[in-house]
Amino acid sequence: MSESLKTFVRLAPTLAVIGLLFFGGLIMGLMRSVNYMPVIGLTEPNLDAYRAVLSDPDFLRSFGLTLHISLTSTILSAVLAVGSALLLRRSFAGRRLATFLFQLNLTVPHLVGAIGILYLFSQSGSFARLAHAAALIDRPADFPALIYDPYAIGIILQYVWKEVPFIGVIVLANMQAIGQDYEAVARSLGATRWQAIRHVLLPQIWPGVLSASVIVFAFTFGAYEIPALLGASYPAALPVLAYRSYTDVDLASRPEAMAMAMVIALMSAVMILIYTRAARRRGGR
Amino acid sequence: MDRDPVMLRTLRGLAGLALILWLVLPLIPLAIWSFARGWRFPDILPQSWTLQAWDYALSDTSGVLDSLTLTIWIALCATGLSILIGVPAGRALGLSTFRGKGLVEMMILAPIIVPGIAVALGLHGVFIGLGLTNTTTGVILVHLIPTLPYMTLVMAGIFANYDTAFEDQARSLGASPWQTFRHVTLPAILPGIIVGGLFAFLVSWSQYILTLLIGGGRVITLPLLLFNFAASGRNDIAGAIGMIYILPGVLVLILTARHLTGRNAAIGGLGRL
Repeated sequence: MSESLKTFVRLAPTLAVIGLLFFGGLIMGLMRSVNYMPVIGLTEPNLDAYRAVLSDPDFLRSFGLTLHISLTSTILSAVLAVGSALLLRRSFAGRRLATFLFQLNLTVPHLVGAIGILYLFSQSGSFARLAHAAALIDRPADFPALIYDPYAIGIILQYVWKEVPFIGVIVLANMQAIGQDYEAVARSLGATRWQAIRHVLLPQIWPGVLSASVIVFAFTFGAYEIPALLGASYPAALPVLAYRSYTDVDLASRPEAMAMAMVIALMSAVMILIYTRAARRRGGR
Repeated sequence: MDRDPVMLRTLRGLAGLALILWLVLPLIPLAIWSFARGWRFPDILPQSWTLQAWDYALSDTSGVLDSLTLTIWIALCATGLSILIGVPAGRALGLSTFRGKGLVEMMILAPIIVPGIAVALGLHGVFIGLGLTNTTTGVILVHLIPTLPYMTLVMAGIFANYDTAFEDQARSLGASPWQTFRHVTLPAILPGIIVGGLFAFLVSWSQYILTLLIGGGRVITLPLLLFNFAASGRNDIAGAIGMIYILPGVLVLILTARHLTGRNAAIGGLGRL
């Protein structure tokens, strides 16, 4: 068997499974979103579902909210992750414990983190109880709404909790591979500590930060269970809205659910493009 | 490098402490709830402690144990299939160059980045037609969407540092293809398969929306049960299930901590756990 045939045979099962399940699912979603289903006699594709969705203020509010959740969580996580990595590369008391917790956090499912955030920040949660003990509030209702709130603070807190270690571990490995020699040279040439980080270290770790952040953005834009548990019922995050319209008793809203799924897919396609560009700059993987 | 000033070191210690606290904080109320009896506002700690939630969670009536077995079974099947299908693909990606390789890599990367709900809504209709909705088989199949690309990319990383010369030597000394695989290739890639497999297991273990949609609420894995208890305010039982639910991750971490660096491809898929 020739080498190229062997390569093809080795790749074929994986590509078949991904092609059928993943791309098949996407294409079916796309077809149903344009009302094109020859099997049941719908042979005239149209953009009604997209028109309906894009002119629906509920969808636009959900879209805006989801964009806010993803952008805020990604930016906060990236900044805190770089800070944590800067901290963890130097020795301090408790560094090993912090590194272990960083890794532990990676293995905890998002849902568990979401429940933990719920018990910490809800109006009868741990922080509300501490506020009561400090005589800051009298009743649970006096505590600011951080869960089910319009600004999605609870959701963002959960994402930051999970994604700081994710980006941080990648950035830390980057930093360790780069070493501190370049910064030492910059320092010996008269740069301050901050200048060495800003102009020497950050440009080198930037592609890694970017590709990890892109994964985080795509995930936070499409995750269901976290906003379903911690989010307000109105406006709901986009994945929650899509699931609701899909399971709606009114079957007519299914193409609209598909259109929303396509919006989520489109957003992640943009993220894939940014990711592959960043990976290429990093020297390819 | 010169010694850091005292103030900077103090600052670093404080930041480290804050980081450690913040990382464990959400897990603490979860653990306390699982042992609490009626932990009402404004008590900072429960008035009394009990094992009731654990008794209930581990009893036959709660369905937690059935759900646990089912979740393990689904994750094992998804992992096993991903290893069988993904290891050869990883070899092709890690060792060969061919036309369209960039495109193939992007096709395999896409399911890791695109959220499950974008795919599962379209797939649901097809699975209804095939009789795969509301079945464990359907859920296992749909879990392959995140686990298989993940396993393939981990193995591509392993094979990128693999030398095929040993296989050629074994063959020239008269070993059959199977013997070569069994005694040369497999021992070399086994650590990679184990680490990749453990994390593929965790990827399946943490799936929520794929299971909910394709399982149609009939295939109740642990996260679905956990969500229901948490959403209905049964904090004590949610606490106990939550503790059970994070256990495999802790075990995997203890087994593989030294592999868990960002240099390892294994980390890439963990953003989705």
